[in-house]
Amino acid sequence: MSGAAVELTGLTVRFVSRRRRTVAVDDVTLRVEPGEFVAIVGPSGCGKSTLLRAVAGLVPPTAGSVTLLGQPVTRPQTDIGFVFQRPALLEWRGARKNILLQAEMRGLDRAWAARRADELIELTGLTGFERALPHELSGGMQQRVALCRALLHQPPVLLMDEPFGALDALTREQLNAELNRIWRETGTTILLVTHSIAEAVFLGTRVEVMSPRPGRIVSTLPVDLPVERSYAQVMTDERFDRLSSSIRLLLGAGANH
Amino acid sequence: MSEQIVDRQLTPRGARQVPSAPPRPGTRLVRLVEALWRPALLLGAVFAAWWFVAEREYVANYLVPTPAQVAAKMTDEWSFLLRNTFVTLYETVIGFVLAALLGLGTAILIAYSRTMEKAIYPIVLFAQVIPKIAIAPLLVVWFGVGFTPKIVLAVLIAFFPVVISGVAGLRSTDPELIELSATMGAGPWRTFRKIRFPNALPHLMSGLKVAVTLAVVGAVVGEFVGADKGLGYVLLVANGNLDAALLFADLILMSLIGIVLFMLVEVAEALLIPWHASRRSGVPLTTS
Ligand SMILES: Nc1ncnc2c1ncn2[C@@H]1O[C@H](COP(=O)(O)OP(=O)(O)OP(=O)(O)O)[C@@H](O)[C@H]1O
Ligand SMILES: [Mg+2]
Repeated sequence: MSGAAVELTGLTVRFVSRRRRTVAVDDVTLRVEPGEFVAIVGPSGCGKSTLLRAVAGLVPPTAGSVTLLGQPVTRPQTDIGFVFQRPALLEWRGARKNILLQAEMRGLDRAWAARRADELIELTGLTGFERALPHELSGGMQQRVALCRALLHQPPVLLMDEPFGALDALTREQLNAELNRIWRETGTTILLVTHSIAEAVFLGTRVEVMSPRPGRIVSTLPVDLPVERSYAQVMTDERFDRLSSSIRLLLGAGANH
Repeated sequence: MSEQIVDRQLTPRGARQVPSAPPRPGTRLVRLVEALWRPALLLGAVFAAWWFVAEREYVANYLVPTPAQVAAKMTDEWSFLLRNTFVTLYETVIGFVLAALLGLGTAILIAYSRTMEKAIYPIVLFAQVIPKIAIAPLLVVWFGVGFTPKIVLAVLIAFFPVVISGVAGLRSTDPELIELSATMGAGPWRTFRKIRFPNALPHLMSGLKVAVTLAVVGAVVGEFVGADKGLGYVLLVANGNLDAALLFADLILMSLIGIVLFMLVEVAEALLIPWHASRRSGVPLTTS
């Protein structure tokens, strides 16, 4: 069963603290092929972040197994780019230096990394803000920096945890369009967690719907939209509406957007 | 909503706020005056009260000398006072630097290992609560009357705030940054150097500011107990001779050491963490 970029088999994650036991992820089986863009939607607290962190090897599974690029995941993985729910930038570094942290931590070739950083800055429209400190950037720009940092080393797999959750609708759509382009141009496998139905359908080649706690995958919906997408085009497509409404039905009243 | 969009286009928040207007030549002086006039006024008032009380001899001059008498003492005895000031300064600086290094090392051990925390914290706490003045004679017995007991006392007294602030700083690292660092394949040393240590600096600098003022106290207390030089020793001599002018001159020099060292740490702070919220300068540019 090799060839999959990410493979979860019966993944279960349970948290036990002094006062409570929580089943965050319950018996999730999921296979992501290289080049796929899988969007995971679910209500708040259903275990989406935990699932992603298990794929990255940041949380050990209580039961079941995780495989990344054919290798079993037993410790933090480095063949990935991770974008957290919050930008998680170093507040003492300018935008460009924050992006280059990836290279410094990995000991990558400096000249190569610098060129790559400039490329990404250009690609995400951060030009002119290379030296701006995080507190001098807007929320959307901070998240772009985090995205560039996650892409710098050209990871085969990109894990994104509600990367645009804190942004206004307009910035969000703009960044969604950029992400769609990046995905098409790089062929990176992307696993994106979101609680926006529109975002999931717009970006994903497949949408996985999770149930409230304990987090299970209740349904898988392939998205039969063209690979290259723009909001103007997709929003008027009746397939988009159909998919959105079925997801909304699956989620019940629990989700917004 | 539409207002927001307009705002976004016109003023990107990351822009340096005042690139076009070069700072006017007089501004630095103005800012300095603005920062200093209040403390200067207060200091002036205290000085005036002293001068008034002493000059009119509301209190006898052998108890409170006049500013002129103190100034005369300082000029007469300048080489004696300077020599002893350097002795105390030397003990303070060495004590402070050692306390900073030891304190940071201890903070790292505590922050990184639960076992170490359990083993070390009680010792650190004990070293803090034990009255330093009470152990000063013991230190003299152990180390003689040279520099060593004074430096040891300065270290003992200045060490605690460094440890506490260092631990607080190192522990305040965003857990997501630690996870991020793990996905970047960085070892503990790189994570420390690039993430945890710079993140701890603002806390650490506050601790160092407290520590440097305490180090002066440590050195002087050490000189009280057994010394033949240093400002603490001069204080004893002045006391023995009922020389109030010398005593006042001595006190002024002690305070100066503390203030100057404190300001040096502040300068270091300004250089090391210009990015920190407490030091941000970007003010909105207004046309009025
Ligand atoms: N480290 C932890 N210790 C204990 N419980 C945890 C821990 N991390 C997560 N949980 C619990 O696991 C459940 C799922 O959390 P998770 O963060 O994965 O949810 P989520 O789907 O990402 O939610 P949101 O959409 O709000 O980000 C929650 O009930 C949470 O309380
Ligand atoms: Mg989450």
